[in-house]
Amino acid sequence: MAAVHVVKPGLLTTVQDRGRWGFQALGVSVAGPMDPVSQRIANAMAGNPPDAATLEITLAGPELVFDDERQVAISGAQFEIALDQRQFLSGGAFVVGPGATLRFGRRVRGTRAYLAVAGGFDTPPVLSSRATHLPSMLGGLGGRALVAGDRLPCGPPPPRPASTAFVQPTAIPDAVPDGRATLRVLPGPQSDRFSDDALEALQSAPYHVTPSSNRMGFRLNGPALMHTRGADIISDPTPLGVLQVPASGQPILLMADRQTSGGYPKVATVITADIAVAGQLGPGDTIAFAVCSRAEALAALIGQERRLMAMEAALR
Amino acid sequence: MSAFRVVEAGDSALVVEFEERIDPAVNARVVALADRLRVEPVAGVRDVVPAFRSVAVYFDPLRTSYETLVARLERDAAAPDLPARSQRDVLRVPVCYGDEFGPDLADVARFAGTTESAVVDLHTGSTYFVFMLGFAPGMAYLGIVDRQIAAPRRGTPRVRVPRGSVGIAGEQTGIYPVETPGGWQIIGRTPLRPFDLARADPFLMKAGDLVTFFAIDRLQFDRLERTTQRAAG
Repeated sequence: MAAVHVVKPGLLTTVQDRGRWGFQALGVSVAGPMDPVSQRIANAMAGNPPDAATLEITLAGPELVFDDERQVAISGAQFEIALDQRQFLSGGAFVVGPGATLRFGRRVRGTRAYLAVAGGFDTPPVLSSRATHLPSMLGGLGGRALVAGDRLPCGPPPPRPASTAFVQPTAIPDAVPDGRATLRVLPGPQSDRFSDDALEALQSAPYHVTPSSNRMGFRLNGPALMHTRGADIISDPTPLGVLQVPASGQPILLMADRQTSGGYPKVATVITADIAVAGQLGPGDTIAFAVCSRAEALAALIGQERRLMAMEAALR
Repeated sequence: MSAFRVVEAGDSALVVEFEERIDPAVNARVVALADRLRVEPVAGVRDVVPAFRSVAVYFDPLRTSYETLVARLERDAAAPDLPARSQRDVLRVPVCYGDEFGPDLADVARFAGTTESAVVDLHTGSTYFVFMLGFAPGMAYLGIVDRQIAAPRRGTPRVRVPRGSVGIAGEQTGIYPVETPGGWQIIGRTPLRPFDLARADPFLMKAGDLVTFFAIDRLQFDRLERTTQRAAG
């Protein structure tokens, strides 16, 4: 089976599909992409279905060698790319020849890029998913980030012939943020365990993403949020994008590799349409939170889905 | 019928909260609601996650009617005739207590003001209820531990707790399914594997199950461990 060989792994490169849904009742985390929109764009540009496994590349990218001729697409965080002697900026699709070397260079903006190959990465599924969950060492390649010398098997390319020209998405549906972003939130599930002004405090000044942030969550530093009935609750489930607040009053934004449950009160939850933007943030970046309505959250998600479907249709 | 409320957790999750206490009677309603949502799925629901006193329902807002889902949750949570969970056998878990496998057994005995063997008697003397799974694949939260031995978590968590370690954290007890950092008081180790992908059903315990522990010696542990390894291939 054709493969991609890892010469240099980059800082933190993992295999991710849409995530391991359906097993949280058994303590199995979802994992999956930090920026699901960029992952979907990469798959569409590679001619894949949206559930194909991609690479998620963090801050510093890998050097890869390809066995066979194959369409490749990169989206999300923008990097300078060297494909053998050719140099270009990422954000599109191209064909690599047999034996070609692809090197990620300087990062221009954003934190996480997604690399899709036509046919997807065909690592063994674990509990119905190829997503890598680093804390429990499940999925991907041995449940870990890529290392030099790894061999990533590729699935058979889809029947659609690969274009030999550069393909640019007709429009990038949601621009990758450059160091700062506004994230819209809905109050809850436990906003009633905080002081009356907690939601105002949350929106009063930006929060910084601290260095102790990873795929499980972002530890934030900003206005403290005050509990009214203590910082311990009976453990309950932890949704994607929820802001849990330990005794320090500094919120933690739970992301893809979060545990399935937790014992801290949760003041608000980032809307689904803004998860992709959150996933492009990293240590040192800043977040402004804005409370919105459920109708606004749904309208934003419908708008995002329309733009993605239009892009997928244009690439077909 | 117990009180409940349905709360929003963002635009893609609803949480049904029952009474705010750790109680097998409350948890039985949680497990029954989760079972019913799995048996008769609602279109667009991606995951149903029971916890101690709440059930989270994760859904795709583009493929789910919010009003229909809320109505369904309110109906099922209020139903007086929630189907009783078919009675499962009690899972009997062999544990080699103390020594190198149970480095905190002496501390728990000190906490309880009794001997190590009395702690073992109290730990093996109860039938435990699986309230929920969390923290790691296959990690079951069991209760309720006898008050006398309900020692709080260690002040400083261990960097490395071996797979199979049996611990106490207040009125909870459980088995570490994988090697991980952890803060529970470790009193013994079982050769059973709460999470084993080589098994047809990788998960030894599910929410709502019943569990007891019994003491084995080191020779029995080693023999059972070899059997487990062979079974795992």
